[in-house]
Amino acid sequence: MILTKAQYDEIAQCLVSVPPTRQSLRKLKQRFPSQSQATLLSIFSQEYQKHIKRTHAKHHTSEAIESYYQRYLNGVGKNGAAPVLLELANEVDYAPSLMARIILERFLQEHEETPPSKSVINSMLRDPSQIPDGVLANQVYQCVVNDCCYGPLVDCIKHAIGHEHEVLLRDLLLEKNLSFLDEDQLRAKGYDKTPDFILQVPVAVEGHIIHWIESKASFGDECSHHAYLHDQFWSYWNSMGSNRRIGKPRMEEQLKI
Amino acid sequence: MAAVLESLLREEVSVAAAVRWIARSAQSSEDDPGEAAALSPLRPLRKEFVPFLLNFLREQSSRVLPQGPPTPAKAPGSSAALPGRPGGPPRGSRGARSQLFPPTQLPSPAAEVPSARRGGRRRGPGPARERGGRGPAGLEEGAGGEGLPWAASRRPRGSGSPGSPSLARSDPPNLSNLEEFPPVGSVPLGPAGTKPSRRINPTPVSEERSLSKPKTCFTSPPINCVPSSQPSVLDTSPWGHGLPPGCRSLQEEREMLRKERSKQLQQSPTPACPTPESGSPLPSRIGNLTAEPADPAGVSSHRRLELVALIYSSCLAENLVPNLFLELFFILQLLTARRMVAVKDSDLEPSPGALDSLESPLFQSVHDCVFFAVQVLEHQFQVLSCLDKGTLKLLAENERLLCFSPALQGRLQAAYESSVAKVSLAMPPSAQAVSFQPETDNRANFSSDRAFHTFKKQRDVFYEVLREWEDHHEQPGWDFEKGLGSRIRAMMGQLSAACSHSHFVRLFQKQLLQMCQSPGGAGGPVLGEAPDVLSMLGADKLGRLRRLQERLVAPQSSGGPCPPPTFPGCQGFFRDFILSASSFQFNQHLMDSLSLKIRELNGLALPQPEPSDEDGESDVDWQGERRQFAVVLLSLRLLAKFLGFVAFLPYRGPEPPPTRELQDSILALRSQVPPALDVLALLQQGLRARRAVLTVPWLVEFLSLADHIVPMLDYYRSVFTLLLHLHRSLVLSKEGEGEMCFLNKLLLLAVLGWLFQIPTVPEDLFFLEEGQLEAFEVDTVASEHGLDGMPVVDQHLLYTCCPYIGELRKLLASWVSGSSARSGGFVRKITPTTTTSLGAQPPRTTQGLQAQLAQAFFHNQPPSLRRTVEFVAERIGSNCVKHIKATLVADLVRQAESLLQEQLVMQGQEGGDPAQLLESLCSQLCPHGAQALTQGREFCQKKSPGAVRALLPEETPAAVLSSAEHIAVGLATEKACAWLSANITALIRREVKAAVSRLLRAQGPEPAARGERRGCSRACEHHAPLPSHLISEIKDVLSLAAGPRDPEEGVSPEHLEQLLGQLGQMLQCRQFLCPPAEQHLAKCSVELASLLVADQIPVLGPPAQHQLDRGQARRLLHMLLSLWKDNFQVPVPLQLLLSPRNVGLLADTRPREWDLLLFLLRELVEKGLMGQTEIEACLGSLREAQWPGDFSEELATLFNLFLAEPHVPEPQLRACELVQPNRGTVLAQS
Repeated sequence: MILTKAQYDEIAQCLVSVPPTRQSLRKLKQRFPSQSQATLLSIFSQEYQKHIKRTHAKHHTSEAIESYYQRYLNGVGKNGAAPVLLELANEVDYAPSLMARIILERFLQEHEETPPSKSVINSMLRDPSQIPDGVLANQVYQCVVNDCCYGPLVDCIKHAIGHEHEVLLRDLLLEKNLSFLDEDQLRAKGYDKTPDFILQVPVAVEGHIIHWIESKASFGDECSHHAYLHDQFWSYWNSMGSNRRIGKPRMEEQLKI
Repeated sequence: MAAVLESLLREEVSVAAAVRWIARSAQSSEDDPGEAAALSPLRPLRKEFVPFLLNFLREQSSRVLPQGPPTPAKAPGSSAALPGRPGGPPRGSRGARSQLFPPTQLPSPAAEVPSARRGGRRRGPGPARERGGRGPAGLEEGAGGEGLPWAASRRPRGSGSPGSPSLARSDPPNLSNLEEFPPVGSVPLGPAGTKPSRRINPTPVSEERSLSKPKTCFTSPPINCVPSSQPSVLDTSPWGHGLPPGCRSLQEEREMLRKERSKQLQQSPTPACPTPESGSPLPSRIGNLTAEPADPAGVSSHRRLELVALIYSSCLAENLVPNLFLELFFILQLLTARRMVAVKDSDLEPSPGALDSLESPLFQSVHDCVFFAVQVLEHQFQVLSCLDKGTLKLLAENERLLCFSPALQGRLQAAYESSVAKVSLAMPPSAQAVSFQPETDNRANFSSDRAFHTFKKQRDVFYEVLREWEDHHEQPGWDFEKGLGSRIRAMMGQLSAACSHSHFVRLFQKQLLQMCQSPGGAGGPVLGEAPDVLSMLGADKLGRLRRLQERLVAPQSSGGPCPPPTFPGCQGFFRDFILSASSFQFNQHLMDSLSLKIRELNGLALPQPEPSDEDGESDVDWQGERRQFAVVLLSLRLLAKFLGFVAFLPYRGPEPPPTRELQDSILALRSQVPPALDVLALLQQGLRARRAVLTVPWLVEFLSLADHIVPMLDYYRSVFTLLLHLHRSLVLSKEGEGEMCFLNKLLLLAVLGWLFQIPTVPEDLFFLEEGQLEAFEVDTVASEHGLDGMPVVDQHLLYTCCPYIGELRKLLASWVSGSSARSGGFVRKITPTTTTSLGAQPPRTTQGLQAQLAQAFFHNQPPSLRRTVEFVAERIGSNCVKHIKATLVADLVRQAESLLQEQLVMQGQEGGDPAQLLESLCSQLCPHGAQALTQGREFCQKKSPGAVRALLPEETPAAVLSSAEHIAVGLATEKACAWLSANITALIRREVKAAVSRLLRAQGPEPAARGERRGCSRACEHHAPLPSHLISEIKDVLSLAAGPRDPEEGVSPEHLEQLLGQLGQMLQCRQFLCPPAEQHLAKCSVELASLLVADQIPVLGPPAQHQLDRGQARRLLHMLLSLWKDNFQVPVPLQLLLSPRNVGLLADTRPREWDLLLFLLRELVEKGLMGQTEIEACLGSLREAQWPGDFSEELATLFNLFLAEPHVPEPQLRACELVQPNRGTVLAQS
C-alpha cells in the first residue's frame, strides 16, 4: 500500500465541507476502496480538524450560540425524537460533538446558577445519562456517537491507536535489538516533554540518522512541521505503510537536529 | 532636591512615581498627572536626587553615628548643620531645600555642565595624601565648610581648623575608633571590624583645596573606614599615590614607602593602639560603650521614617545607588547605633506642623535610627538572606531587630537555619611552597645553551629572592627594596635576549598564579608558624583553630566596606618585585603575557551541566564545575589586577592634574596610546555571550588600578558607561527566564559598587551617566547558554572576590561585643580543645603527609599523568554516586514502596496523612544511607585502578602506576564520600517522596486489579483485534442504533456476535490495551446491552424482520455477561443499564418487551455482577423520573416481578407474558 502526497490530497479534496458522520465515511470508502477505513478515517479526522480550527471562532460568538440554542429549542419543541442537534451541526458545518457541547453549556447556564465547570461538561458528554434533561441527553448522545472526528469516543480511539503503536514500536525495537529509553524512563530522568522513545545508540535509516522516535496517533500536525520534515514523514509513511506488522501508516520519525 | 523629598514626605507624590521619575528620564504613562506636575518642574534635578537622598541620610544620621560628623544642632533655623561655604551658596542643607540651588552647587560635580566634566575632576592643589583616602574632601570641609559634614569628619577631627563650625561642639564619642575598644585579646571580634586596624599616623595637611569637591561625600561610608589621612596599602606603595608632590623620584618614594611600611609593621602587632593624631586628641571612650536601648515606642515619626525608608529602599532596589553594600553597611550602622549625641532639648522639639517636612531632623533618637534601619532591612531581605551564615546569625540574634520587627527576625532566623553558606573571612592565603616547573626547564625552548643556562640561573635567583621574602617579609624592619632590590635588578640585567624575558615572564606569571590563588581558596598556613604542631591537631581542630585565627586576625586585614585596591599576602611580593625590577622590557613582556593569558581564560569554554541531569546525581559534577569557574574567575582577577598595575604604572600620579589645560594636554597625549588589552571589546563580547559574570569581575580589578586620567579617556569612558548600564540592569528582584542568577548579580553589583568607590574613579561618573541609561540593551547571542544564567557563584566565591562584604558581619559582631558587657551578649566563647580524642582516628598527620607526597609525586611525572588521575578520580567519583543511587537508593525506595503497601493495607483505603507516612518511612530508611559510604568506598576501590591502568601508557613503571592508582582511588573516594555524606539523606528522602507520591497517585480507583491479571499468557501471539478497531466498530453499531440511518443500513446478528467474540479475545490478550480504552469499551458494552434489551439494534435482513429474535438477543446478552464477569478488569458501569436514559429506550418500542431486561437483571444478580439491593435501589430511583403514565405502571410491575422472584435460577417464564394483560389494557386505553 503506497500513499503518496498526491493521493492524500485527492482524498482531502473530497472532504471539503463534508460532515464528519458515518455516512460520509462510508461514501469515502466507496470512493477509495483501496484505502483502509482507518487510513481514511485518519485523513478525514486530520482534514476536518483543520477545517474546525479555521471556523471554530465563528461558532463561539455569543450571537451564534444564542441562535443555535433557539433553533435547538424550536426543533425539539416540534419533535424531541428527531435528530435536531445533529442536523443543526451538519447544517452550520460544525462538528456534532462540539455543537452538543455548545448547546449543553448553554443549557446548563440557563438551568443552573453557577456556570458549569469544564469537567462537568466533559463528564456529561462522556455519559449523557448525567444530563438532567432527557431529551437533551438523547440529542447529545446522538451527536457524540455519530461524530467520527470529535468527541470522547473518538478521543479514546485516537488515544488507543497511539498506545497501540507505541506498543508495536516497542516490540519492533526489542525485536531489532535496539536499546532505547521509553517515555516513562525519560520522565523519571527529568525530561518534561519527551518523545516516545530515545534510542540510546542512534541508527541510520535510509541515510538519515535517527535519534528518537515519536509515534503519533494521527498524522503529524503539518503546521508545526517544516516542509522537509513533512517530506521525510511521507517517506516514512511509505516505508512503514507497507509493513504489515506495524499495520497503520502512522509512524513518524523525526530527526533530532 | 529637598523639594522632591518634601513632596514625598507630604505624600503628594507616591514613592513608586518618584522612583520611576528618578530611574527613567522619560515620563511614564503610569504617572499620576498630579504627581507628574509636582515633579516636572524639578526635571533638571532628576539625576541629583539620589546623591541628595544619600547625603541627606548621612547628614541626618550624623548625630547618631558620631563617628560621622560632629554635626551641630539640627534645630530649625540653626543652619549650622551645613555651614554654607564661604563664597558659595549653601549646598544640600535643609536650609537650602527651598531654593532650587543651581545644579553646579550640588554635592556632586555631576551637576556641572557636561563639557566641564573633566574639570569636575580637578582638585585643588592639595597635597597628595588627601587623594589617597576615601574621603579626601574632608579637610577642606573642616576649614572651609564646603563639603558635607560627615565627609568632613570622616577624617580624624582636628586635622581641620579647630574653629570651623563643624568642630564647635565637643567631639562625640567615636565608635569607630578602634583604640578605645578592648584589645583584641579580650574581645575577639572587637569593633576593630569597622575600621582597619593598621592605622598610621595621619600626616597633617595644611593646604586647602578650595576648589575641590568632596570626593565621595555620598558614596563613602559615614565612618571613614580608610580615612584619607590613613594611607591604604595602595597609598603606601611607591607609585605616587599618597605622596606629597615634590618627592616623586623613585628613590624618594621608596624611602617614604619604607618608612610607612616600617611604621605599619611596628603597629600591626598592636593594631588596637594607633597613636592619636596630634591636634585632636580623641576623647576617651571609656563609658561610652554602653548602647542606648532602642524602643519601638520611642520612634518619633513612623510615617516619615517609613516613607524615607521606602524611597531609599526603592533606590537600592533599582540600583540607583552606586554601592549596594555600602548602603547596607550604613543601614547596619544605624541599626547598631549606640547612642545619640546629646543635643539641647529645644533642638529636639519639632516645630509644629513640620513633621512631614524636612524641618525637623529625621532621626531624633536612636529609636528612630533603629526603626529606619529595620524598615530598610525588611525591604532588603532578599539580599540579606544571601549573605553568609555568620552574618545571618548575627542579624537574627540582634535584639534590636527582634524588638522592632519580630517578623523579619523570624525570616532571618529561618534563612540562617537553612543557609549552608559558611564563609570564612580568612585572609588571602600567603605564600605557598615554591614549586618547580619542569616544563620551563626544557632546553628546547631556548635559542642557545647559554641562554638556557642564564635562564636557569635566573630561576634560581628568583626563587631565592622569593624564599627570602617568605622568610623575612613579616619581620619588622625588613625592607623589600633594601633586602632584595639590588639582587633583582642584577638578575634583570642578565636577561638580555627578548626570548629570555619571555621565559622569565612565563615563570613569573605561573608562580604568581600558583602562589596567590591557592586551590582551596582559604588555605594559607595557620598562624604562620609551627605548621607541624598544628597539623598534629587534625582537620577538625585545625578548622576551629582557623576560625579562631580569623576572629583574631581577620578584622585587621580589610579596610572597611570600600577598601582601595590592595595587594595582600604574597601578591605584595610580585608587586614589589615589579617595582624593584623597574625594567621596561620585563614590564612589557609581562603585559603581553598577562593579556594573552587573560584572553585565553576569559574565552575558556566552561563546561556546562547537561540539561538532563537536573537531579541529584549531577550535583557532584556541578560542584566540580562551579569550582572550576571559581578557579578561572579568581585567576582572571589576579592576572587582570597585575595587568592593570603594570599597564597604568607609568601614568600613576598622586593627583589628577591640577589645571584644566594640563589635563587636556595629558588627555590628548593619552588618547593616542592604544589600550594594553582591548577590554571594551572583551566586555562587549562578554555581555553578548552572557558571560558578564566571568568578564566583569576581572575587568573591575583591571580598572581599579587605573590612574586618574583613565576614566576620562574616551575609550575607557565607554567601558565605564557599559559597566554603569550593566549595573543599573542588574535589578535583584527581577527573576525569570533569561535573567542572571541572584548570586551572580550580587557578585557583579558588589564588584561594580566597589569600583565606583575607587579614588581614581570620578565620583561624578556614576550619576553623570545616568541620563543616558535608557537605551541599554544587550543583544545576547546565546542567551540560554550563557554563564550568567547558571548558578556559578556561591557565597564563598562572593566573599572571596569581595572580602569587604564581610565588613557587615564585623560591624554586627562589634555591636555584639560592645553590648556584651551589659547584656551578656552573644559572644561565643572559644572552647579550648585538647588533642585527646585523636587516638580514635588515624593520625591526621599521615594524611597531610600523604597529600604532600602525592603532590611531590605529580611534580616528577608528566603533567598528563596528573590530568589522567584527576580525570579518573573525577569520573569514578561521579559514577560512584550514580551507582549508589541506582543500587542502594533504589533498593531503599523499593523497601519504602513495600512498607507503604503494608501500611495501606493495614490502614485500609484512607491511608492516612501522606506527609506523616513519608516522615515515618524516611525515619525508617534514612539510617540505611550510612551504608552508602562503605559501598561508595568499595566502588571507587574497585573501579579506579582499572581506569587508570587503561588510560596510562603501557610502559608506565609499575611503581608509578600503583601510586597513580592509589591516588586515584583516594581522590575518587574523597569526592564521592564528601558528596554522599552531605547529600545521601536528602537524596533518599527525595526519592522516597517521589515514590510515595507516585504510589499514592496510582492507588486510584482499585489498587487490587493492577496485580497479576494484567497481560496475556506467554504463548499469546497478540493476534487479537486492536482495541481502537473494536471501539470504532462498536461505536458504529451505537451510532447506527442512535440514528439517523438510511433504510438499508443495519447490522447482522452474526456481525454482532463476531464483534463480541473479538472483544473477548482482545480482553484476554491485553497486549495493546490501555486503561482508558478498556473503560470506554466497558461503557460501550453496557450501552450495547441496553440497546439489545430495548431491541433497538437495526438488523439487516428482510424488511419485515428488522429485529433480533429473542434467542439471538439472549445469546448476545450472555456473551456480554460473561465478558463483564471474566474479562473486563476495569469496573463496568452496569448501573447505566438502569439509567433513565437507557430504560427510556424501552419506552419507544412498541410493543414493549420487558422480559429481556428482567432476564438481564436476574443474570446480573446471579453472576454476582450486581447486588439485589443495588438493583432495587436503581429501580427505585427510576420510578422517580418523569415517564408517560403507562410506562410508569409497567415499570412498577417489573419492579414487583423482580422483587417477587429473587432467586429463580433460569427464568424460564417469559416475563413479558406475565405483564401482557397489563400491557394489553394499556394499549387498549391508548
